[in-house]
Amino acid sequence: MSWWQIILAFILAIVVTPFIGGLLRGVDRKLTARMQGRRGPPIQQPFYDVVKLFSKQTITTNRTQLVLAYGYLLLIVASLVLFALKQDLLMVILVLGVGSVCLVLGSLSVRSPYSQFGGHRELLQMLAYEPILILVAVAIYLKTGAFFIGNIFDQGEPLLPSLWVTYLALLIALIIVMRKSPFDISASEHAHQEIVRGVFTEYSGSYLGLLELAHWYEMVLLLSIISLLWVPGVWPGILLALFSFFVVLIIDNITARLTWPRMLRVSWVGGLGLVVLNLVGLHFFGG
Amino acid sequence: MGLITTSRVKSPWLLHFDCGSCNGCDIELLACLTPVYDVERFGILNIGNPKHADVLAVTGPANHRNYRVLHNLYQQMPDPKVVIAIGTCACTGGVFYNCPNILGGIDKVIPVDVYIPGCAVKPEAIIDGVVLALGKLAKAR
Repeated sequence: MSWWQIILAFILAIVVTPFIGGLLRGVDRKLTARMQGRRGPPIQQPFYDVVKLFSKQTITTNRTQLVLAYGYLLLIVASLVLFALKQDLLMVILVLGVGSVCLVLGSLSVRSPYSQFGGHRELLQMLAYEPILILVAVAIYLKTGAFFIGNIFDQGEPLLPSLWVTYLALLIALIIVMRKSPFDISASEHAHQEIVRGVFTEYSGSYLGLLELAHWYEMVLLLSIISLLWVPGVWPGILLALFSFFVVLIIDNITARLTWPRMLRVSWVGGLGLVVLNLVGLHFFGG
Repeated sequence: MGLITTSRVKSPWLLHFDCGSCNGCDIELLACLTPVYDVERFGILNIGNPKHADVLAVTGPANHRNYRVLHNLYQQMPDPKVVIAIGTCACTGGVFYNCPNILGGIDKVIPVDVYIPGCAVKPEAIIDGVVLALGKLAKAR
């Protein structure tokens, strides 16, 4: 990579991503409203929300929580920058995991029972999606012989035809990361539900805005990992990611929330099972 | 309007607290969220958490039991914030006026910005009231 490509990757990852993530959230709310027979808020609604949150007074419980909110945002941005610089895929996934640990620690550092519940449930969610992501990286390695995203990009043919079983597992991970029903157990999608936003309960004002921003980065990162499955050419990958996004919205609107043991069952038996099946297939039949 | 004012007006998150109303006003308030009225198209969300809320919508009269809770919720909301009294009970005490166990309207406990009278109030009146409250939110510093 030459220096201008590196700078471009930085700008793309840090400056452009929030706009993409915010727009996706806006489309999400609009489509969800349309599916429920409502008009729904305008597409730019998430930006209004975040600007408003940044302009509000900040009421804090303790300082640890604030440091960890910044930690969550910075680590996820770091993970996205690693992706944009076409670095190691395993590194990207593990840095994303450390970022989520910051979120958990932040919510466990206060005594509010909702926050504590949210923190524990977020840990369970990580337990559900992190193994899938790591095994997806392994599956991509078996097919391409590379963990480096740069080398994966150099592949001649798309990965999806031989990794479509893995793709199904990746969809499960996407639902969990986007905190969508049926797996929105750590931070209930709607704030009037039983754990009142769980991990986010004790954050207010600008720090809640930071977390929302981090969530946009996280969502775009996972969609980028999905788009890796169709790499020669940028547009097919983006279309694949948008298609997955749409599928997640439909699943969100037709399912109710599961309990955490059921989530673990679906993600481990279903998700991990699918990836392992794909790995075995790749090993014995070469895809 | 500046960006910040626009955002505040376009994204009011509403906390609903029932001070012991007969549930008539509560049902009308929740009716605003249904597809018929769909207040989410104005960015209004029903939020169960005072720390995330901008608008406190209270139904029912304040009494000796719940005024501490009401005051506590108000204190937990970050500035700028507005308070809406929904229904005759929340405005003045209504049919419970001068009862020994009732303090009166919620303005005996916290400052109220908008009063919406009615028993029970219509969803249209509630939406009108929220729009009035947004005018106040836009001027708040």
